[in-house]
Amino acid sequence: MLHIVACIKQVPDTKIIKMNPKTNTMDRASAPAILNPYDAHAVEEAVRLKKKYGGTVSVLTMGPPPAVKAIKKCIELGADEGYMISDRAFAGADTLATSYALTKALEKIAKQRPIDLIICGKMTIDGDTGQVGPGIARRLNIPPLTGVNKVVEVNKEKGYAIVHRKLEDGYEVVKSQLPCLFTVEKDINDISFAPLPNMIKAARYQPTIWTADDLENVDRKQLGLKGSPTIVSKVWAPPKPEGGKILTGTKEQQVDELLSILLEQKELFS
Amino acid sequence: MNFDDYRGIWIYVEVRDGQVAPVSLELLGAGRALADKRKTELAGVLIGRGVKTVAPTLFQYGADVVYVYDDPIFEHYRTEPYMRALLDCCHKHKPEVILYGATPSGKDLASAIATDLPTGLTADTTILDIEEDTGLLLASRPAFGGNIMATILCKKYRPQMATVRPKVMKALPPDPSRTGRVVEEHIELHEEEMRTKVLEIVRETKKARIDEADIIVAGGKGMGSKEGFQLIHQLAEVLGGAVGASRDVVEAGWIDHHHQVGQTGVTVTPKIYFAIGISGAIQHVVGMQNSELIIAINKDPNAPIFQSCHYGIVGDAFEIVPLLIERFKEEIPKIKAAAGEKEGIANA
Ligand SMILES: Cc1cc2nc3c(=O)[nH]c(=O)nc-3n(C[C@H](O)[C@H](O)[C@H](O)COP(=O)(O)OP(=O)(O)OC[C@H]3O[C@@H](n4cnc5c(N)ncnc54)[C@H](O)[C@@H]3O)c2cc1C
Ligand SMILES: Cc1cc2nc3c(=O)[nH]c(=O)nc-3n(C[C@H](O)[C@H](O)[C@H](O)COP(=O)(O)OP(=O)(O)OC[C@H]3O[C@@H](n4cnc5c(N)ncnc54)[C@H](O)[C@@H]3O)c2cc1C
Repeated sequence: MLHIVACIKQVPDTKIIKMNPKTNTMDRASAPAILNPYDAHAVEEAVRLKKKYGGTVSVLTMGPPPAVKAIKKCIELGADEGYMISDRAFAGADTLATSYALTKALEKIAKQRPIDLIICGKMTIDGDTGQVGPGIARRLNIPPLTGVNKVVEVNKEKGYAIVHRKLEDGYEVVKSQLPCLFTVEKDINDISFAPLPNMIKAARYQPTIWTADDLENVDRKQLGLKGSPTIVSKVWAPPKPEGGKILTGTKEQQVDELLSILLEQKELFS
Repeated sequence: MNFDDYRGIWIYVEVRDGQVAPVSLELLGAGRALADKRKTELAGVLIGRGVKTVAPTLFQYGADVVYVYDDPIFEHYRTEPYMRALLDCCHKHKPEVILYGATPSGKDLASAIATDLPTGLTADTTILDIEEDTGLLLASRPAFGGNIMATILCKKYRPQMATVRPKVMKALPPDPSRTGRVVEEHIELHEEEMRTKVLEIVRETKKARIDEADIIVAGGKGMGSKEGFQLIHQLAEVLGGAVGASRDVVEAGWIDHHHQVGQTGVTVTPKIYFAIGISGAIQHVVGMQNSELIIAINKDPNAPIFQSCHYGIVGDAFEIVPLLIERFKEEIPKIKAAAGEKEGIANA
C-alpha cells in the first residue's frame, strides 16, 4: 500500500489581488485565500494513484491557522489525512527555511507511516519560486522529479516510478527509485468534482496540528526569518507602461496607417 | 564565513544538442556587467558529455574562464550527477555569485545546490545589479502573479544565487578575438549509484514553438469562440507568423497550451506582436512586453492592453482583422517581388 504525501499551501488569489496605490503594498484583505491551484493537481494525482494502487494520501501544509481551510479542500478532493505545522517560529521563512520545516514534519509523519512518494505543485501563485519541492527532496536525500506531467507507473514492490517530465521542447521519460518527490504541472490531470461524502467528511475534519516544539531534532536557527538567507528588501508596483498611439480615422484609414507602420520592416515579409 | 574567499561571477551554462542555450549567452552578457563592476572574473560552468567544444563560444560572449565537467554520465540532465559536479566546483573555487537560467533544469539544479551549500536563491529574476564595494547582489523579480516587483538580497551567505528569466537579459555581440582559460575538472561518479535514469527523450515539433517566431499574432477571449479564433490563424498565415493566445483561450480549449503567452506560458520577444481581443492582464503582458513592436486591437478603449502597446486600434476584431488580411494579401507579394528583383540585380 502506497503512502503518498502531497504538500499544499494556502495562497491569496492573485487574480483578485489589489494593490494599494498609495503605499505600493498588496492589500491582502482584498484577496480571498484559496488552495494553490497547482497543489490541487498534486492532491488530485495522489488520489488517482491511491485509487489505482491502493494506499493512503496525506496532505501537509505550513501556514497560519486559517490554512486549515486549504486542508479541508484537499479532504474534499479525496485526501485521507491532513497535517499542519503552525507556529510563529516558522514565520518569514524563505524557501530554504520552508523546505527545512516541512522536511522535519515529513520525518515525523514517516515515523507513523513510511512515505513512498511526495507530490508538490510546480509552484505557488504568490511566491511562485518553484524551489520548495526540490529543496525538500534534497533534504530527504531522495530524487526530485520536477515538471512531471504524466505518471506512467508507480511500482512499490520493485521500488520504482516512471514519469514524463516536461522539457522546453518536449518531454523525457524518467525512471526513478522510490521514494522520490514529484513536482507536477497543471496539465497532469483535470480536477474531479468532489463527491458528497467527501464534502461531509471535510466539513467535520480536524487536521493534526503541530508547533515547532512538536517536531523532533529541530535546529531553531534554521526556522523562519532567522533561517532564511534571502530577504525581501524592497517591494514596488511594476512601473505602469505609458501606453501607445491610438490610431484614428475610418477603419480603412486605421488599417492603412497600421500597414505602413508594419511594412517598414520589409525584410520580415520578403 | 569569510566573504573575501569568494570571488568571481559564475554562469551555469546549458547546452542542448551541442549548442549553448540562448539564455546562457544572455546570462554571460548580464554576468559580464556584474564582473566588470566588481573587477573580477566571469566564469562559465559547463557540465555535459562532449561539451568542451563550446568553450570558445563562451569566451566570445564574455567569459574569462570555463570550468568543464565532461563525462558520459552527464549525457542527459539529471539532478544528482549535475549537482555533485557543480557542488564540487563551488567548494574548490568559491564563487561570489552564481546565475542560472530559469529553465526547467536550471531551476531544478539551482534549488538543489542552494539547499546543500546552503545559501539563498532568488527565483525568476528580471533585473540584476551588484553593489560595487560590498558585492551585494540586487536581484529583483516579479511576484504575486506579476502584481508586484520585489528586490531580494542575500546578505549573510555566499555564493549569492539567482535564476534569471530567459529573454530578459541581453547577450553581448560575440567578439571572435576574445579567448580565455579552460579548466578541466573531474569527479568520480558511478552510473550504478545514480537513482534516476532517462529512458527516452521526445521532442515536440518546432512548428508550435512561438518563442522563436519573428511575428506573433495572439488572440484572446474577445474572439468569442473557437470558430472566431480561426481569424487569428488566418492573419498569422498571411504574415508567415506564429499563433499566440491568452490563458483564458487555452483554458477554453480553443488552442493548445504551448501557444499560451505569459507568466505561466511562454515568454516571447518577436519583432511584431499582435494582441487581438486580449484585455492585457498583467500575467499576459509580462510574457510579451519585450516585443519590439506591439499592436493591440480591442473594442474597449479602456482595455489595459492599450497601456502596453505601441500602436492601438479601437474596434471590432471581426471588422478590422479581415481588412488587415485583405490588405496584406495585396502588399506582401509586392514586397516579395521587389526583394526578388533586387537579388536579381545583385546577382547579375
Ligand atoms: C515578494 C516575495 C518574493 C519572494 N522571493 C523569494 C525568492 O526569490 N527566494 C526565496 O527563497 N524565497 C522567496 N520568497 C519567500 C517564499 O515565497 C516563501 O519561502 C514561501 O513560503 C515558499 O515559497 P513559494 O511560495 O515560492 O513556494 P514554491 O516553491 O513555488 O512552491 C512549490 C510547492 O511547494 C509546496 N509548498 C510551498 N510552500 C508550502 C507550504 N508552506 N506548505 C506546504 N507546502 C508548500 C507546494 O506543493 C507548492 O506547490 C518570496 C516571498 C515574497 C513575498
Ligand atoms: C497565476 C496566474 C497566472 C496567469 N498566467 C497567464 C498567462 O500566462 N497568460 C495569460 O494570457 N493569462 C494568464 N493569466 C490570466 C490573466 O489574468 C487573464 O485572465 C487572461 O490573460 C485574460 O485573457 P483574455 O485577455 O483573452 O480575456 P479577457 O480578459 O476576457 O479579455 C477579452 C478582451 O477582448 C475584448 N473584446 C471582446 N470582443 C471583442 C471584439 N469583437 N473585438 C475586439 N476586442 C474584443 C474585450 O474588450 C476584452 O478586453 C494568469 C492568471 C493568474 C492568476
